[in-house]
Amino acid sequence: MTNLAHIRNFSIVAHIDHGKSTLADRLIQETGTVQDRDMKEQLLDSMDIERERGITIKANTVRIDYKADDGETYVLNLIDTPGHVDFAYEVSRSMRAVEGSLLVVDSTQGVEAQTLANVYQAIDADHEIVPVLNKIDLPASDCDRVAEQIEDVIGIDASGAIQVSSKTGQGIHETLEAIVQHLPAPKGDRDAPLKAMLVDSWYDAYLGVIVLVRIMDGVLKKGMRVKFMSNNTLHHVDRIGVFRPAMQVIDELGPGEIGFLTASIKQVRDTRVGDTITNERNGTEKPLPGFKPAQPVVFCGLFPVDSAEFEDLRDAIDKLALNDASFSFEMETSAALGFGFRCGFLGLLHLEVIRDRIEREYDIELITTAPSVIYHVYMRDGEMIELHNPADMPDLSKVDHMEEPRIKATILVPDEYLGDVLKLCQDRRGIQMDLTYAGSRAMVVYDLPLNEVVFDFYDRLKSVTKGYASFDYQMTGYRQDNLVKMQILVNDEPVDALSVMVHRDRAEMRGRAMCEKLKELIPRHMFKIPIQAAIGGKVIARETLSALRKDVTAKCYGGDATRKRKLLDKQKAGKKKMRQFGKVDIPQEAFISALKMDS
Amino acid sequence: MAEDWQNGGFGLYIHWPFCEAKCPYCDFNSHVSRSIDQSRWREAYLSEIDRVAALTSDRILDSVFFGGGTPSLMDPDTVAAIIDRVQRRWRFANDIEITLEANPGSVEAGKFAAFRQGGVNRISMGVQAMNDRDLKRLGRIHTVAEARAAFDIARGEFDRVSFDLIYARQDQSLADWRTELTEALSMAIDHLSLYQLTIEEGTAFGDRYARGKLRGLPPDDIAADMYEATQEICDKAGMPAYEVSNHAKPGAESRHNLIYWRYGDYAGIGPGAHGRLTLDGQKQATEAWLNPAKWLEERDKGQPEKLRETLSGSDQAAEMLMMGLRINEGVDLGRFSSLGGTLNADSLDFLVEQGLLVVGNNRIIPTPSGRMILNTVLQKLLED
Ligand SMILES: Nc1nc2c(ncn2[C@@H]2O[C@H](COP(=O)(O)OP(=O)(O)O)[C@@H](O)[C@H]2O)c(=O)[nH]1
Ligand SMILES: C[S@@+](CC[C@H](N)C(=O)[O-])C[C@H]1O[C@@H](n2cnc3c(N)ncnc32)[C@H](O)[C@@H]1O
Ligand code: SF4
Ligand SMILES: [Mg+2]
Repeated sequence: MTNLAHIRNFSIVAHIDHGKSTLADRLIQETGTVQDRDMKEQLLDSMDIERERGITIKANTVRIDYKADDGETYVLNLIDTPGHVDFAYEVSRSMRAVEGSLLVVDSTQGVEAQTLANVYQAIDADHEIVPVLNKIDLPASDCDRVAEQIEDVIGIDASGAIQVSSKTGQGIHETLEAIVQHLPAPKGDRDAPLKAMLVDSWYDAYLGVIVLVRIMDGVLKKGMRVKFMSNNTLHHVDRIGVFRPAMQVIDELGPGEIGFLTASIKQVRDTRVGDTITNERNGTEKPLPGFKPAQPVVFCGLFPVDSAEFEDLRDAIDKLALNDASFSFEMETSAALGFGFRCGFLGLLHLEVIRDRIEREYDIELITTAPSVIYHVYMRDGEMIELHNPADMPDLSKVDHMEEPRIKATILVPDEYLGDVLKLCQDRRGIQMDLTYAGSRAMVVYDLPLNEVVFDFYDRLKSVTKGYASFDYQMTGYRQDNLVKMQILVNDEPVDALSVMVHRDRAEMRGRAMCEKLKELIPRHMFKIPIQAAIGGKVIARETLSALRKDVTAKCYGGDATRKRKLLDKQKAGKKKMRQFGKVDIPQEAFISALKMDS
Repeated sequence: MAEDWQNGGFGLYIHWPFCEAKCPYCDFNSHVSRSIDQSRWREAYLSEIDRVAALTSDRILDSVFFGGGTPSLMDPDTVAAIIDRVQRRWRFANDIEITLEANPGSVEAGKFAAFRQGGVNRISMGVQAMNDRDLKRLGRIHTVAEARAAFDIARGEFDRVSFDLIYARQDQSLADWRTELTEALSMAIDHLSLYQLTIEEGTAFGDRYARGKLRGLPPDDIAADMYEATQEICDKAGMPAYEVSNHAKPGAESRHNLIYWRYGDYAGIGPGAHGRLTLDGQKQATEAWLNPAKWLEERDKGQPEKLRETLSGSDQAAEMLMMGLRINEGVDLGRFSSLGGTLNADSLDFLVEQGLLVVGNNRIIPTPSGRMILNTVLQKLLED
């Protein structure tokens, strides 16, 4: 157990790619926490997908022993949080478990949208904040300008900002000293009943659920019986430890410390993030203020390309859900796609990560249907229905009105691209709320409907700004608008998996765009195929895919018999990647590609 | 009991793998080589003929085809020696067809008499285009004038001379093709092969196409128009199509190619040559080594087959269907099912209803529009 005065708990907040993971690696290395020979890059990003995409998805933690210049040895606990907007909620809860933050800003880039979003969370959690200007080894580094920007835009003192190169190691020692000198030690009472915060939890195949905890008061010991206060469940603690970053078992954790416990818990769902853990008897009276669980905001259908793989998909989804309480799912049946699941995600990145993992780790090819948000459908009889799937839209005659979720989007963009960004936001039904400058960068705040953002807004933003814009958003609430369900009919038959909710004023435009896209995506058939967009019974856009005229191979001699037979086998395999709707084969990628807008 | 191949006949294909220059669209097994040891090749062909004849000596031979590459670059003596050996090993049908593919250059023109004396009785000439600009773009090393001259010499020597054209070339319009085809028909005797340019992977054109650098190709719809115009113009000229790309006056069809399309047996001799041989009641698919040097080497060791596999009944049925639906007479359903072939009944009904196939007299025959989309039709018919 460590003396409170010798503990520092902190997190690192940064915009993506500003060097959070690299800085963490250097801190771990500099303090000898990991032997050089075990050092691999991005130590804390453990999942394959995290490593590949260079993003952190789950919170990670590491305990570092540091002998400071004052001769004392300190225990530094770093909680590494995800930087992406989809996981803002995970950031907020991790922040409650620590007292301070390093604010890492790339000194060649300056403050970005996620810098802002994340630093405000740190400020909300009453953190002491140490600004770190990273990448000073690069010629484009401009520490004065970026320090000034931090003061202007964020409003915190940046005079003591530490200049660091996580690449060369310059400034790492100063960073460690600043953590010890400037961040506060945690408070806590060793003699009080146990009061521990459940920071995060995940499933491990060998140990069951691993629970990450921060001890506020009291002591957590191996063998203790503890109570999870939200649901009054009792658990026998069979293991306690810390991350260095590999797991190391210890006997107890005292106030101010961060570590893990295992207690033969089978499901992540049995552990509520933000819960308070206390003694079975004579526990603490007052639980910590709880967190609300993360709510999925984006929904889509996942269907196996090969319908025989439905059970495998169910398995895969069950397993992934074990470790991800924010991901929701229920069975869905589509006339077009057969059996699958309607799944809920925290955002599009979360959706992509889960989809990639199913395809990769479980080797199931998927058809993903159009992402949708949750609409509030107010019925004439006063009832309100939450609509997750356009296919479930109730009969219009019974609907009084509808509301859709809105967001507050913050975009930072170099001046020269501002016009394009404003146009994009305007086209997506945005309402401008603020426009200010931070140096040569404009900061625009827009009120936008979430449904205009979930699909390809971020891709479009990146493309119109050549990647120079940064983006972040928060949900703000629901607002009534003129929304309709648009159906797509292929060869006169509605394809439920292509139905989308759209604003009435944008329906013609979206309908035309989808019909045109589908005309490109669907291969020509032996007959001509009308492709229509319709609202209710009324067709609002139409294209015709003309019939295939010629595909016969021009020359075919003796040697070509084999070649042609193989080609035919290949075509058969290709057909498996298509779905049949009536007599029409639609390629699986069409369900998503049809929605992509070029503007 | 008669074996299935007898419905198609028996032929011999002899592949000569060398050309003077490689055409950028061509994916045939053809190589440019400065020194070709004609006598070594002659010996290799002769011993290969002996080997294959030992397996099939009791048969009557309907056709021999010298293909390439450019077999008109062969020594006429070699051609003669091969024909002589073939005649010693098999009985010839009375009307045996012995074709040699020729490029229409001046060198070749001088050899036609010798080829005829050696036993060749039909020439198939690669004219490809009727204007010099396009011949150049196709990488051809002859001019139209040379081609016409070679053709005239050939028709002086042979009763049966056919030639090939490639259409849907870069910057070719429908009107251009109509004019060109009409001109070609005025020159033709009784047989013409008219191929839509196919962009093949692994060729220079294929490469340029993949990089978006092959400009001016007619769009699919224009190419389809060209095909339809081809049918119309040739029909009027009395040279209707008897196969997707082959046109002849009735009776002048190429017997050799009909063996393929009727799914008969054929032995393949030479680098990369394929064969279909029914041996001990089993249909074998054979494939020889592609590389000329490797083929010679393996031939010297005893036999140059790279692959030989026994085709299952359903593979044979599928091949028969793929080949047979290309020709006017279509496929005999009795033959097809006795090999173990099955057609998707729903597809068959649908295709008939769509006017893409006709079924009658126990035969299945594509209509003109069905033939145009034969790949899709086949895929539907063979669906599980
Ligand atoms: N030159 C230089 N590159 C750095 C420095 N710190 C990080 N990087 C690079 O910046 C990129 C993003 O770093 P990473 O730590 O993954 O950022 P994160 O997304 O904030 O975790 C990587 O390619 C790092 O190698 C630095 O101090 N100097
Ligand atoms: C074996 S090839 C060539 C014979 C001979 N060497 C010549 O080039 O004249 C037979 C015919 O196939 C046709 N051909 C070859 N490659 C083609 C392609 N990529 N597209 C269309 N036709 C092709 C040509 O008309 C050619 O004459
Ligand atoms: S088209 Fe004929 S001449 Fe040209 S490379 Fe092919 S085989 Fe040789
Ligand atoms: Mg990272």
